[in-house]
Amino acid sequence: MKKATGKLFVVLVAALSVFLLFGNAFAKEPYKIGALFAVTGPASFLGEPEKNTALMLQEQINKAGGINGHPLEIIIEDTKSEESTAVLSAKKLLESDKVLAIIGPSTTGESMALVPILNTAATPLLSCAAGAPITQPVKDRPWIFKTPQYDLSAAEAIYGYMKKQGISKVGIITISTGFGDAGKKALLEMAPKYSITIVAEEKYGPKDSDMTTQLTKIKAAGAQAVINWSVGPGQVIVTKNWHALKMGIPLYQSHGWGSKKNIELAGKAAEGVIAPLGRLVVWEKIPDKHPQKALLKKYTQDYEARYKSEPGTFGGHAYDSIMMIVEALKKVGPDKKKMRDYIEKNIKNWPGTGGIFTMSPEDHCGLDKNAFEMVVVKNGDWEILK
Amino acid sequence: MRKGDLSAFLLLIFLIAVLPIFSGSPYTLTVGIFSGINAIVAIGLCILMGFAGQVSLGQAGFYGIGAYVSSVLSVHAGFPIVVSMIFAMVVAAFAAAILAVPALRLKGHYLAVATLGFGEIIYVILNEWGPGGPSGFGDIPHFNLFGYTIDSTKGHFYLVWGLVAVVMFFSINLIHSRTGRALRAVHDSEIACNAMGLDVAALKIKVFILSAVYAALAGSLYAHYVTFISPSSFSLFYSILVLMMVIVGGITNVWGAIIGAVVITVLPELLRRFEELDVLVYGLILTLSLIFFRKGLVPILIERIKKLRGFAVVKH
Amino acid sequence: MQFLFSGLTVGAVYALVGIGFNITYNATSIINLAQGEFVVIGGLMMWFFSESLKLPFFVSVALTLVTAGLVGLLMERLTIKPLKNPDLLLMIMITIAVSIVLRGVLMFYFGKDPYVYPAFTEGEPLSIYGAIIQQQTLWVIGITGLCIIALFFFFKKTIIGKAMLACAVNPTAAQLVGINVSRMVMLSFILSAMVGAIGGMAITPISLMEYDKGPMLAVKGFCAAIMGGLGSNRGAVLGGFIIGILESMTAGYIHSGLKDAVALIILLLILFFKPAGLFVSKAMLQLRKF
Repeated sequence: MKKATGKLFVVLVAALSVFLLFGNAFAKEPYKIGALFAVTGPASFLGEPEKNTALMLQEQINKAGGINGHPLEIIIEDTKSEESTAVLSAKKLLESDKVLAIIGPSTTGESMALVPILNTAATPLLSCAAGAPITQPVKDRPWIFKTPQYDLSAAEAIYGYMKKQGISKVGIITISTGFGDAGKKALLEMAPKYSITIVAEEKYGPKDSDMTTQLTKIKAAGAQAVINWSVGPGQVIVTKNWHALKMGIPLYQSHGWGSKKNIELAGKAAEGVIAPLGRLVVWEKIPDKHPQKALLKKYTQDYEARYKSEPGTFGGHAYDSIMMIVEALKKVGPDKKKMRDYIEKNIKNWPGTGGIFTMSPEDHCGLDKNAFEMVVVKNGDWEILK
Repeated sequence: MRKGDLSAFLLLIFLIAVLPIFSGSPYTLTVGIFSGINAIVAIGLCILMGFAGQVSLGQAGFYGIGAYVSSVLSVHAGFPIVVSMIFAMVVAAFAAAILAVPALRLKGHYLAVATLGFGEIIYVILNEWGPGGPSGFGDIPHFNLFGYTIDSTKGHFYLVWGLVAVVMFFSINLIHSRTGRALRAVHDSEIACNAMGLDVAALKIKVFILSAVYAALAGSLYAHYVTFISPSSFSLFYSILVLMMVIVGGITNVWGAIIGAVVITVLPELLRRFEELDVLVYGLILTLSLIFFRKGLVPILIERIKKLRGFAVVKH
Repeated sequence: MQFLFSGLTVGAVYALVGIGFNITYNATSIINLAQGEFVVIGGLMMWFFSESLKLPFFVSVALTLVTAGLVGLLMERLTIKPLKNPDLLLMIMITIAVSIVLRGVLMFYFGKDPYVYPAFTEGEPLSIYGAIIQQQTLWVIGITGLCIIALFFFFKKTIIGKAMLACAVNPTAAQLVGINVSRMVMLSFILSAMVGAIGGMAITPISLMEYDKGPMLAVKGFCAAIMGGLGSNRGAVLGGFIIGILESMTAGYIHSGLKDAVALIILLLILFFKPAGLFVSKAMLQLRKF
């Protein structure tokens, strides 16, 4: 009796092991990627769509069989928009979770704090922040990449269009945070190239309620157009103030304007506002043959179905970062150096949400002003300007 | 120093030496580094509040001054780090002196608002005129002395906590010295002190300056560790955070500042799992501990230990 | 001129927050640093009732006030009442902790987006002396004025109001004459919450509302209250408008980056040279507990 039970037991154990080993489709090791997003704090308008995008993509990829059979595991940490938390979170991801790469963080400040850490850890960082110093100079930052467009490119897109309209005197109003400051610097830097003179520079705080004072000064300085560079409620308030003041000169916004919510909140004040937007926001209006259209359509529709809101430009940055890493993993496997090299050398004419990327050893961002379309708000909807 | 303090101090030294060996994970050590930096600020505030009885909601201002002055001097003027740090502390001391003279005539809420105003003004100045403005600036060099640079996590841990020990040593001796006793007398009754001939005003100013110097030291340590600073780290939010550390740890005992700093720094890390709810949980824990443990963790702990030993508990 | 109007717009909200501080302070000697959150609650709940539930205007207003009052009540019952004889510091910390909890809850339900609803009256902005002023701004100022008058009558003429004031000056004496101090404390929180909510309801059509507008409003409103003299509602109103106008003028004539600092510098100067504020005498200052 004992012998029979013993044999039965062994058979059962063997069967169980076989079942466990092969019954599970993901018998292979998961590929772990870290993600640092500002889910809470002042930059949460960036972090939240980024996090949602990451979760959605993780699920979609794993449903489709993972990456060469390996499940994708994205470990998301909230940096609370704080640099010291970003540092702590990055260390946790690198050392405790041993991730292969890190996506994010959401803001330039946080990204800058992480540059030395990721360089030392020889791990690729695909930032979702826009500041040029994140990736420049590339030779000092070989492991750092970023997917959002340069602020300089957005400024160029605006100025290029303005030049065609014959505008030469401009007043700028920016928010006193890193985002606004970076925009201001970009606007100042690019102005001479397009023969634009900046006649007024005004600022406001992130929680300010009224900007009529600043706008009045801009008008008084003789500006022919106003450029507002901010994200968050400030954009809407400036728009409403601009409309109420009947300033008579066009209002341009930064690429942070790209969300239907802004049109909704500003109401009829938003009519006529112009901005350089990534094609993600206006995907319905671009021609079907455009290389970005198909993926923009899929991403937007999937995101809206799942989260009942639009992903916006910022969610798109996370999309681009993640898909680049996923492609690298597919092609060269879980080797940090190989992944880094792949991204630097093989991402060429790569359609993403932010634009068509071409990375190189000199440029770890890969986008220029052609990533934008100049868009105007007409009848409560976007319209692409020619 | 007294027996209790001496044993606590030896325990501190022991823990500092041993922790990196037991838990060498750079993540844990990094949490420890930030705790230590916060502890230094908290110790200063604790002495100011617990012993001199003055409230300050502006420590972030001195913290920021420390970080920015030290960074700017070492990056743009090429000063050696130690010199920059000392300069930073001197500048903070000056700022504190200028603020203290008019401010310390105020009491209670008014003093709190004055310090709050000061902290905010520093923040606006840094945001507007600080190098890099709101975007901050980076490439700040790590701490180095006579050519030896500290750039490992372990190294920074020892540096920061070594300084915490030094600051504690100095502070404990201060508290038990004549000046310390004078401070406590001021806390209890200013009128009596004035009657006895103590120069209360001068004393309060000195302590205020001391707390500012500690905060500046911590600020420069922060800057040379993270190598990137921006004004957002030095806002009112941080001042309130330090205040929480002191209160949670217990105002009446300087060791409370260290415990409070560690708790408040570690707590968000432990709450990561709550994701969206972590702010809520954090607030709840804080509220509950303020209601139920309002004396602060350390005094309550000491009371419990004394009770265990059978001594009568004498209220402070 | 435009600068003046801009200053009046924001100043009115600061004034209402300052009044909220005063109400609590007058009854309890406590400074409730969660006051800013009540403004946010006012704006967001108004949106919820009028836009999300599509209830009529006055119903939404009433419900918002009730909600705000409830939150004030809860805060008082759960966090203030259990403490016996708290000291200044503890109270500051607890109200800060509560404000964090409130923000967390608001963030959870409303997310981080800004919200808006239409102004109380539709129409083009008015033009006065060449500067435009939005109709909603006039509402904000008007409502603030109404609040001040209503509160004046309340505190000076009604029994309950006078009882509340008595509690702050000397709670023991108040109890001796039969005032239910604990109930007064509760009422003061409810009232200050409602006042804050009114501010939020009025300002949202102009400047939108999101979950974290609270702390900045609390700081500025507190400055307004101190400038005018803690406890004096007239003072808070003046303080609020002064701060708002100063900010606007600084942005307009000097440099827009400095505007936050200017209000603070003026505050510091007042504290150093006339700490009782503009409307409270030094003698009254000595009487206060804190």
